[in-house]
Amino acid sequence: MTISRIFKTIFLVEFIKGLLMAIKEMFKKSKTVNYPFEKGPISPRMRGEHALRRYPNGEERCIACKLCEAVCPAQAITIESAERADGSRKTTRYDIDMLKCIYCGLCQESCPVEAIVQGPNFEFATETREELYYNKEKLLDNGDRWESVLAKNIKLDKPYR
Amino acid sequence: MMEYLQILGNEVYKILFLLVPILVSVAMIVWLDRRVWGLVQKRKGPNVVGPFGLLQTLADALKYIFKEIIIPASANKVVFILAPIVTMTLALVAWAVIPMSEELVLSDINVGVLYLFAVSSLGVYGIIMGGWASNSKYPFLGAIRSAAQMVSYEVSIGIIIINVLLCVGSLNLKDIVLAQQELWYVIPLFPMFVIFFISALAETNRPPFDLPEAEAELVAGYQTEYSGMMYAMFWLGEYANILLMCAMGSILFLGGWLPIIDIYPINIIPAPVWMILKILFLFFLFALIKAIVPRYRYDQLMRLGWKIFLPFSLVYLVLTASFLFYFDKLPKGNF
Repeated sequence: MTISRIFKTIFLVEFIKGLLMAIKEMFKKSKTVNYPFEKGPISPRMRGEHALRRYPNGEERCIACKLCEAVCPAQAITIESAERADGSRKTTRYDIDMLKCIYCGLCQESCPVEAIVQGPNFEFATETREELYYNKEKLLDNGDRWESVLAKNIKLDKPYR
Repeated sequence: MMEYLQILGNEVYKILFLLVPILVSVAMIVWLDRRVWGLVQKRKGPNVVGPFGLLQTLADALKYIFKEIIIPASANKVVFILAPIVTMTLALVAWAVIPMSEELVLSDINVGVLYLFAVSSLGVYGIIMGGWASNSKYPFLGAIRSAAQMVSYEVSIGIIIINVLLCVGSLNLKDIVLAQQELWYVIPLFPMFVIFFISALAETNRPPFDLPEAEAELVAGYQTEYSGMMYAMFWLGEYANILLMCAMGSILFLGGWLPIIDIYPINIIPAPVWMILKILFLFFLFALIKAIVPRYRYDQLMRLGWKIFLPFSLVYLVLTASFLFYFDKLPKGNF
């Protein structure tokens, strides 16, 4: 041990430096946000809860091409389709098992009409499993509720896709 | 008979008058500890329950009360249940002799320091009992470590206390404080104060000496098998002990209830407030140190206790004694 090392050990120099540092840090602004009351920023690319979007005239976008069902790595999506009276092909069933879903975003990427999207919402925890088996009604409802945010996010993210 | 009951009632009233504030302040101190720890790490700490999160500990205690107490099948039931009770009782019992001011003390006995030392030494029993009765490996290892640690640091604390007693000439805690009227012992005995403080950290199993509950290696040490109210009692006892060590430090070195300087605007602040401020200051240091230091290794801990603190305090004891003898300052009277 050198002399300076002995000096530092005996007089607890580094320990006192640490104490002063701790006191200094105490008065700095904390990095935490008060989560349920304040929220952090979310990227427009956020892959949260799914939603099925509609055209502005109220017609659903989904054309039942089943690309999302095919691409889904977790096989969480189930689609059944039928021809409607006006000759267009639409889904009769569009289920997502949110428990199987791995939130990879491939369904959104594969969709040719921007019907199925993943929105910014991540606070959809439920008390039972059954509530997380989303059907078409629930997904369309999500789409209606989040439409303004979803449209904005898609527009912002467009240049990078 | 009636008279006897009246005396008993009076005593119970006095004890409650001591216990309730201590339990409340233990709750507040836990909050302070977590808050300081959080602030140093630039977190917010508990701030939801009550104003500034002050009632957080109360909420935690309520939760513990409603939790189930699980007693392991292979545990020794009697000792297992007794351990947290022993820990908490011993931590609270020691407060009987702590003087908050010249009048405000439950029992003013002449061997106050000896009593404090005896009770805080017994504290290790709660931990050993808890660790042994759990009958599982981590609590047992934690208890062994804790026993070794507390016993070795008690030795150096004892010698540090002798240093102070040599200057006072009395074991009465009140006399110790009153002897510091001219000069707090933290100034002439500063190295002893530092060693006392570090030994107090080891004695109360606080970081950097929290080996008995080193969560990375021993889960939670001797508390591993405890749950519900029994865990809460360990936890309460631990913090009451920390508070006791702070009180001891402020009585032995920081002049107890005496104001910093005895001049007009400062000395009208009532004595208990000074005492509480000093305890809080020491506890604040405890909390800060918890935030900044890494845990000691077991052999380092033992080396520090036996090879550094013990010889150093012994040498300092000799120095103090020679100084007092040479300048004829040895306390007279009371012999």
